[in-house]
Amino acid sequence: MSEPLLAIDNLRTEFHSDDGSVAAVQHLSLALAPGETLGIVGESGCGKSVTALSIMRLLPRNAGITQGRICIDGRDLSTLTEAEMRKVRGNEIGMIFQEPMTSLNPVLTIGRQLAEATMLHRGWSRREADKRALEMLNLVRIPDAERRLKEYPHQLSGGMRQRVMIAIALSCEPRVLIADEPTTALDVTIQAQILSLISELQRKLGTAVLLITHDLGVVAQTCSRVIVMYAGRKVEEATTVDLFANPLHPYTRGLLGSVPHLSNGTVPMDARLTEIPGIVPAPGQIVQGCAFASRCTLATDRCRAEEPPLVEHTPGHFAACWAVAA
Amino acid sequence: MYAYVGRRVLGTLPVILVIALVIFLILHLSGGDPAAIIAGDHATDEDIKAIRDKLGLDRPLAEQFLTWLWNVVQGDFGISIFNRVPVGTLILQRVEPTLMLTLTVIVFSIILALPMGIAAAWYAGTWIDRALMALAVLSFSLPVFVIGYGLVYAFSLQVPILPVQGYRSLADGIGPFARHMVLPTISLGLVYTALLARMTRSSFLEVLSQDYIRSARAKGMASFQLITIHALKNASVPIVTTIGSGIAVLIGGVVVTESVFAIPGIGRLTVDALLRSDFPVIQGVILVFSFFYVILNLAIDLLYTVLDPRIRY
Ligand SMILES: Nc1ncnc2c1ncn2[C@@H]1O[C@H](COP(=O)(O)OP(=O)(O)O)[C@@H](O)[C@H]1O
Ligand SMILES: [Mg+2]
Repeated sequence: MSEPLLAIDNLRTEFHSDDGSVAAVQHLSLALAPGETLGIVGESGCGKSVTALSIMRLLPRNAGITQGRICIDGRDLSTLTEAEMRKVRGNEIGMIFQEPMTSLNPVLTIGRQLAEATMLHRGWSRREADKRALEMLNLVRIPDAERRLKEYPHQLSGGMRQRVMIAIALSCEPRVLIADEPTTALDVTIQAQILSLISELQRKLGTAVLLITHDLGVVAQTCSRVIVMYAGRKVEEATTVDLFANPLHPYTRGLLGSVPHLSNGTVPMDARLTEIPGIVPAPGQIVQGCAFASRCTLATDRCRAEEPPLVEHTPGHFAACWAVAA
Repeated sequence: MYAYVGRRVLGTLPVILVIALVIFLILHLSGGDPAAIIAGDHATDEDIKAIRDKLGLDRPLAEQFLTWLWNVVQGDFGISIFNRVPVGTLILQRVEPTLMLTLTVIVFSIILALPMGIAAAWYAGTWIDRALMALAVLSFSLPVFVIGYGLVYAFSLQVPILPVQGYRSLADGIGPFARHMVLPTISLGLVYTALLARMTRSSFLEVLSQDYIRSARAKGMASFQLITIHALKNASVPIVTTIGSGIAVLIGGVVVTESVFAIPGIGRLTVDALLRSDFPVIQGVILVFSFFYVILNLAIDLLYTVLDPRIRY
């Protein structure tokens, strides 16, 4: 793998309250190469969004990074001042969110919200920025772009709004795009369109994409590598093909559920998360050993006593499970 | 757009009619002979009869109402019992101080309350927030006349830098006008400021937690632009509503303030008219205040469509 563009090393992000601190993400490391698409998958509440917001340094006020480093191009983001960090946001790292319906400002025109990015980061005039905005709308294939620029978000459908969000996020040509469940709120047909748009733009612009989802089908369709998260931790990491062909962690297997084991390297398109019985330990609950043990059919006394380390089982395929290590 | 404005203006007509009817009926349902009430305590029987004939008080009520309304539309509100001056003239003479006081209070309050409310929301939960909101509660709970007399004591008597009372028209120059306006504006404005600051804080808190604010941050936007461009316009609808409904509170306060500072405005006129049971004046003043309030609400409704593109006409 080439030199990583975005590298997270042993990240721990905690939420603080009067009752003490609770880790939403812990011991998380990942590397994103230039132009690569890396998926982060896991059930709701496992810390995916907190990871994304940690990278952007946009965590809520009651949360903070307490350990680890996040580097872009070898530059440690935690050492930047807030003003320097603002130059990273939207310029070096673009981000789109789950809720296209509420992610755009309802009282500002699409054109204004698009123009802001390049006016901010490139010091462009409104006129130059508007030209760029039109270009971007065409790039994300919004029909009748000229008219759309003057419209307000409520005049656009959910899919159109997500296209606008993508256009905004990419208008300064960032090298990293973080997409936090970009299609979760959309209809299935629109989902597919948005995903292929992201893939296409990624190839065209060479943007590296960190794609967060709870939907393995989305991973299958877009990502070359995947990280599986559980209760704030990374439990498995592999290439997409490897993961679908040979899932190691019982949690991953649970996620894949009844999806047939494919040995020919093709990947099922509609591999949604199936229900795994049991509940995720609440953040802050003291867990002895493996966090998944209480839901795991293979759990042994060792699993309940010692936390399994992340081990590389085959080249590039990591899993944190005693049962696999054995 | 113009059609919409036209429709909305027409829509206020029934409201104004109902208000006029209520005001008209106050006199007629208050018991006793309207002619005697209008004529006042010291009128002779001839006076009363003359009034009855002139106003047609022996006619059916509906006819009387229409006649009265027709007169009002033409600017004829009747004649003051106390000094025999047309009510319309009396009100016109008194309009400037009241209008000026209302305006300075609104401007003063907005200038003070917006930054207060925004700062409190931005630093929600910190001591800045708590101090600002404690200040708001304090100034909201102090009666206008207490603040007024307190300020007069401090800045007119102890440290005599401002006039105790009175009013100077803007026509006499901005200096004297401003010197006379400072204390009344502060006395009345603090309540209003408190109200507005609290509303600004809560609507900003609401807006700042919205997804689109996070999107703007993810774009690399700085706090100042975030507040002025992305948040303020979204928070403005509830704030403008409060500015509008606060004016109803303000009208009561204007009466008190004008009395404390002996400002010859409509508030004083109202108090004097009430004390003298000067019915035509009371009717006229209530009519003018109500009309003003209806127009204000209309203006605010029209402003919404400018502030929020989702509100369509
Ligand atoms: N605003 C918050 N206050 C307290 N805890 C939070 C907050 N947001 C998230 N968390 C905690 O962080 C965990 C991870 O949340 P998140 O990253 O949003 O999950 P997801 O993987 O669904 O995106 C949650 O289980 C929750 O306990
Ligand atoms: Mg999430």
